[in-house]
Amino acid sequence: MLKSIKLRALLALVVCLAGLFFLIPSMTSDLPDFWKKYLPTDKIRLGLDLQGGMHLVLEVHADKAVETTMERMAIDMRETLMDKKIRFRNIERTNTNQIALELPDSASRTAFEKLLKDSYPDLDVASSQITEGREAISLKMKDKRAADIKKLAVEQSLETIRNRVDQFGITEPEIITQGDDRIIVQLPGVKDAARAKNLIGKTALLEFKLVDEGNSLDGALKGIVPDGSMIAHGASLDRQTGRRVSVPYLLKSKTLMTGGSLENAQVKISDRFGEPYVALKFNAQGAKDFDRITAENVKKRLAIVLDGVVHSAPVIQERISGGDAQITGSFAMEEAKDLAIVLRAGALPAPVNILEERTVGPSLGQDSIDQGIRSVIIGGLLVALFMMIYYKLSGLVANLAFFLNLVIILGALAAFKATLTLPGIAALVLIIGMAVDANVLIFERVREELRLGKTPRAAIDAGYSKAFVTILDANTTTLIAALFLFGFGTGPIKGFAVTLSIGIVVSIFTAIFITRIIFDLFIWKRNVRSISI
Amino acid sequence: MELIKPGINIDFVGKMKLVFGISVAAMVISIASIIWHGGLNYGIDFAGGTLVQLKFQKATSTEQIRNAFKPIGLQSVVIQPYGDNEVVVRIGGDAAGKELSAMIDESLKATLGPGTFEVRRVEMVGPKVGKDLTQKAILAIVFSWIGMLAYIAWRFEFRYAVGGIAALVHDTTITIGAMSLLNKEFDLTIVAALLTIIGYSINDTIVVFDRIRENARKNIKLPLAQVVNDSINQTLSRTILMSFTVFLVLLALFFLGGPVIHDFSFALLVGVVVGTYSSIFVASPIVLVWEQIRPSKNKGKK
Repeated sequence: MLKSIKLRALLALVVCLAGLFFLIPSMTSDLPDFWKKYLPTDKIRLGLDLQGGMHLVLEVHADKAVETTMERMAIDMRETLMDKKIRFRNIERTNTNQIALELPDSASRTAFEKLLKDSYPDLDVASSQITEGREAISLKMKDKRAADIKKLAVEQSLETIRNRVDQFGITEPEIITQGDDRIIVQLPGVKDAARAKNLIGKTALLEFKLVDEGNSLDGALKGIVPDGSMIAHGASLDRQTGRRVSVPYLLKSKTLMTGGSLENAQVKISDRFGEPYVALKFNAQGAKDFDRITAENVKKRLAIVLDGVVHSAPVIQERISGGDAQITGSFAMEEAKDLAIVLRAGALPAPVNILEERTVGPSLGQDSIDQGIRSVIIGGLLVALFMMIYYKLSGLVANLAFFLNLVIILGALAAFKATLTLPGIAALVLIIGMAVDANVLIFERVREELRLGKTPRAAIDAGYSKAFVTILDANTTTLIAALFLFGFGTGPIKGFAVTLSIGIVVSIFTAIFITRIIFDLFIWKRNVRSISI
Repeated sequence: MELIKPGINIDFVGKMKLVFGISVAAMVISIASIIWHGGLNYGIDFAGGTLVQLKFQKATSTEQIRNAFKPIGLQSVVIQPYGDNEVVVRIGGDAAGKELSAMIDESLKATLGPGTFEVRRVEMVGPKVGKDLTQKAILAIVFSWIGMLAYIAWRFEFRYAVGGIAALVHDTTITIGAMSLLNKEFDLTIVAALLTIIGYSINDTIVVFDRIRENARKNIKLPLAQVVNDSINQTLSRTILMSFTVFLVLLALFFLGGPVIHDFSFALLVGVVVGTYSSIFVASPIVLVWEQIRPSKNKGKK
């Protein structure tokens, strides 16, 4: 312990003032200019449970990304095999995420082997069975490539969600990954939670596929889906009854274009019905592709599929070379806006699932703050009263210490950019009780020493030094518990652990250091015969 | 002012058997209550499910709310009062969590009219996360027990650690038992309260251990039982006062802190009381018992 009381008093003053300076920005919004230049300006960060907002834990189905890639490869492979005139039968993606096909003779087998090596380096032969000259072969994706795809899927999902949230206009959103496949999204102050959830969770995969008009839709519905085609459904609003009905379509599986070719998507109002629609603008390559597709398929129907649901399937009237397209059909304004946002930000590479949601409305947040502050004040007053009655003037010293405690702790929270949550406020209340504990320990010890007949100064010396070790031990255990809480807790509980930890450290400091200074100031150079304790 | 006279000399050690009896009885009642209730009243944090907190402009009966839920098939969910004109609706299981809060919102708007209610809070915990959190909670409690044991063994001696951990297990069990008896919901914040109690209850236990250590050093010849008894008496004032101040602030929190941390402060209140009791009546006597079973090699040194 530093001997010089002046030095100690100075240190104590510096710490207290620092706490105050860091705390002041949280108490008032009008800071004078010179303050803004040299002194801290961060307010205390409030947790979602105090300021209102939404906390989401999303799980990225990265496996799906691998599935989608395999699906595309299967479709691609069929085209290539047909182009190169390699004979095959029954190519399809199995539900174990492999591509299975049959090669009827050794000629096609050799040709296929060459094709595999040249054009599909990511695929490995998983199994192959030769019966009567026919080979049934199963291909799977190389493990490393699969792992890469999954990792990329999570990263891209993160980016995409960030983009979408950006456009949604939340101040200070927090979007980070957790573990291998989880994403945590925190949106403070979000007003429309349902809309935000929708915006974030929507895969938003836009695909353009041709309607298969050559084959029978009814036949397909009864179970005979022709090779290279698929069934999809669309919702259509019956204008007379106002209800949505589900309409089946038979589409060609091959995706001609995706939302990845989009440069922009905007909401416009149509002249005819005054209804909103989404105007798409393709990028340079996309415009070329669209030009070619529309030219090759005039008078055929092009289905616009969003997340596997057919949105509309208009007839291609003529070749479209400008790179512009429209998505129309019974949108509410907000729906259209949100669709434009997700199309602009891009599709999620894999679907996401909401694992956990915690949303607090702002009114509850404000109520919690009010109740929390009330508890701190009343709790503090109760303890202060007790200390004064029981320990008289020394009690006053202890009260001053715990008040300074609060100032320093809150200042520290602002300085470390820690988040204050409702349990955190409970921690503050606890700290008031515990801070006084340290003082109780010291004072009881001093009383004991006085009873043994020591002079006030000697009693204070002995009291502080003997109690010091006990205080350290006792508070360290609570600190250990707080650290465990920090490690295992999430959100509000982490806030509790942080506030508790900072509080314990600060209260040890004030109990031992600051109250001692005050006592010493009184006893210094004075022959005091008794102290009020 | 002195609540506890300085020269006090209660024979704590002598009453050891009686005290153990009470403690064991309390623990048995706690465990029995848990078994009788078929486990703890797990909140959605552990069991998974959705929780919606609604505030109504004027008094709305549970029946009216159930009627509003009928069209979406939720008429038999748990509805608990939560404050002035506030209720908490709890829907268990994995029932399409994403859309649930929106469905409830629409359904209420349709039956009771918009603007008559406000959705204050929505919490949804999927089964995966629920399992995750349960695991983490159990680990946290067990590890903190071990952590405390290690710390005390390091700072004092092993026999003290045994006493300390006996007190901790005792406190944790009885606090959980109290929650179970009153059928209070057991969620993450309660686990936070338990961990806090574990950290805090050890405090006054250490105060006593500290004094025992000091007295044992000073009076090497005295039998441990005597040293322990003297120490408990000497620190009685301290121990009770420390807990009393914390108890005071917790009362403020319990009555004024609002419904969200109500159960949390209740758990802390119980924990502090039981913790004080165990520091006086459980921790130190266990040290004695352990000493009798396995005498310490460091006799007289620490």
